[in-house]
Amino acid sequence: MEFFLQLVLNGIVTGSIYSLVALGFVVIYKSTGVLNFAQGEFMMLGAYVCLGLTVEYHLPFAAAFLLTMGFMAVLGVLTERLILRPMIGEPIISLIMVTLGLSAILKGVVQAIWGNDLRPFPNIFPADPVQLGPLPVSQGYLYSTASVALLLLVFTLFFKFTRAGIAMRATAFSQQVALSMGISVQRIFALAWSIAAVVSAIGGVLLAGVRGGLDAALAFFGLKVIPVVILGGLDSIGGAIVGGLVMGVLENLAGGYLDPVVGGGAKEVAPFIVLVAILTIKPYGLFGKVKIERV
Amino acid sequence: MRCGDFRESYAEDMSIFESPLPRVLLGFLLVLLLALPAFATTYWLDVLNRIFIAIIAATGLNILTGFTGLISLGTAAFLAVGGYATAALAGKAGLPFVVVIPLAGALTALVGLVFGIPSLRLKGLYLAVATLAAHYVVEFTVTHWDSVTGGVNGISVPAARVGSLALGDDKRIYFLILVLMVGLLFFAKNLFRTKVGKAFVAVRDQDISAAVMGVNVFRYKLLAFAVSSFYIGVAGSLLAYQARIISPENFPITVAIDYLGMVIIGGLGSILGSIFGAVFITLLPELLRLANDALAAHWPSAMGLFAPFKSIVFGLVIVLFLIFEPDGMAARWHHIKNYWKLYPFSY
Repeated sequence: MEFFLQLVLNGIVTGSIYSLVALGFVVIYKSTGVLNFAQGEFMMLGAYVCLGLTVEYHLPFAAAFLLTMGFMAVLGVLTERLILRPMIGEPIISLIMVTLGLSAILKGVVQAIWGNDLRPFPNIFPADPVQLGPLPVSQGYLYSTASVALLLLVFTLFFKFTRAGIAMRATAFSQQVALSMGISVQRIFALAWSIAAVVSAIGGVLLAGVRGGLDAALAFFGLKVIPVVILGGLDSIGGAIVGGLVMGVLENLAGGYLDPVVGGGAKEVAPFIVLVAILTIKPYGLFGKVKIERV
Repeated sequence: MRCGDFRESYAEDMSIFESPLPRVLLGFLLVLLLALPAFATTYWLDVLNRIFIAIIAATGLNILTGFTGLISLGTAAFLAVGGYATAALAGKAGLPFVVVIPLAGALTALVGLVFGIPSLRLKGLYLAVATLAAHYVVEFTVTHWDSVTGGVNGISVPAARVGSLALGDDKRIYFLILVLMVGLLFFAKNLFRTKVGKAFVAVRDQDISAAVMGVNVFRYKLLAFAVSSFYIGVAGSLLAYQARIISPENFPITVAIDYLGMVIIGGLGSILGSIFGAVFITLLPELLRLANDALAAHWPSAMGLFAPFKSIVFGLVIVLFLIFEPDGMAARWHHIKNYWKLYPFSY
C-alpha cells in the first residue's frame, strides 16, 4: 500500500508539471491552431538560461528566475512574429514541421552554448523531507506541485476574468468575430506564444529543481506531454490539467508494477497504449471539442 | 504548358512524359547511375546507397502523408520492423534476399495495417499522435524481445547473396538497391494513374466528399497504410542488408522527423518531391561534415561543435524552406522548368 501511495504521489508531482506544460500547448493550439512540438525545447532553454544566470553570473535565484521569464516571453513573441506568422494559412503538417525545425534550432543552440553534460542545478528547494501521513516526501515535490497548482489557478482566473484572457477566448472561438469586435488577433497570437514559452520555462526550472540536475534530455519531456494534451483534448485547458495528472500517475504505476515484470521501459510505452485505447472511444480526447464537419 | 501542346485523348492527358525528350534524359540518367560505381569512392557509394534507401522510404511516407493526407510519425518504427524482419528471416531462417525483401515489406505492411486501424475514427493531429504511439510500441518491442532482435545490443545481418556472390560491400549492393528503387518508383508513379491512387487523393482532399462519391474511406485509408508501410519496410530491409548490423539506435524518433522533413521539403503529393527531399536531407549532413572538416583545419574547436551546428542548420533549412517555398522543391522545379520552356516570351 505504501508503495502504491508513493507511486501515486510521484505521479502527481510529474503529472502536475505535465499539466503546466500541456497548458502551454493548449493555449497555443486554441488561439492559433498550431501544435507546438518545440515546447520541450522551450522548457530546456528556460531551465538552462536560469541555470546560466545563477551559476555563471551569480545572480540570486529569484532575480535569475524573473529575468528568465522575461527572456522567454520575448522569445515567444519573436517565434510567433518571425516563424509562425509567415505560415498562416498553410496546411497543418507544415505547421507541425516548422515547429519541429524550431526545436532542432533551439536544441542546437543550447548544445553549442552549454554542451551535453549533466549539470547540477542549484538547490532551489529545502532538502529535508517532511512527513505526509505515512510517507516521507521531499519538500521539492511539495513546492513544485503547489506552485503548479497556484499557476494553473492564476491562469484559469486570467482566462475567465481579465480583458486579455477573455479576448484570447474570443479569438479561439472565432478569429473573424474577434477582429470585428476590435481585438487585435496578432497581439493575441503573440500573447499566446509568450504565455506558452513562459509556462514551459517554469515547468523546465521546476523539473530541473526537483531532479537536481539538468541535461539536454529534458527536451524529451515535451514529447511526453503530447499524449497528455491529446488525452485531455487539444483545445481544453481543464483537459490539460486532468490529462497531466492521469498520465503522470499512470506512467509511475506502470513503471512501478510492470517494469519488474517486463524488464524496464513500461513507463514510456504504457501511456501511449492507454491513450490509443481512450482515443478509439473518444476520438477528440476526454474534453476536446468534437469537430462537426460539413462538406 | 508549351505552345501547341494539345492533349486530344484521355490517354494523352494521363501520360507521364510530356514529350520524348524527358524519356531520353531519364534513360541517360539510368545509364549514368548504373555506371557510377566504377568511378565513385566507397564513401560516396555508401552515401548514394543511403540516398536511394531514403528515396524508397520517403516515397512510401509520401503515399501516406502527401497523397492520402494522413500524417505519420511512425516511419522510424516501420523501418525498424522491415530491418528486424530481415535480420530474423535472413539470419535465423537463412532465406535468400529475393524472398526476404518482399516478406519484410509484407510484414511491415501488416504492422502498418494494425497501426492504421485508429484512422477509422481519428483525424489530423490525433491520428499523428496515434502513429507516435506505434513508434513507442515498436521501440519497446524491439528493445525487449531479445531472442529475436538482440535487444539493445543489436543484431547482425548476413550479406545478401546471388548464387555464390555475396553482396557484402557497398559497390555490390548498390545495384540491388538501385533496381528496387527504380521499380518501386515506377510502381508509385503509376499507382496514381489508377482507381486506387485517385481514391487516395480524393480521401486527402475531402474524406466526406470521397465517401459521398462512393469511395470506401476506411478501406482506402488502411490500404494507404499498407502500401506506405510496404515501401518503408523494403527500405528498412535494404538498410539492414547495407548496414549489416542494426540496433534500436538506428531508429530513433528523429528519423521519423527527418523523413517528414523530406516529404515536406521535397513536396507533398509528388513522387519527384520525395526524390528531391530524400536527396537533399541525406546529403545535407554529409555536406555539413565536409564544411566542418574544412573549418576545423583552420579552427580546431569547430570539431566539437559539429552536432549542434548540424542541428541548427537542419532546423534553419526546414524553417526557411517552409516560409519561402511552402509547396516544396518539386513546385520550385516546375516553376523553373516552365520558365525556361517559354523563355524569353513568358506570356
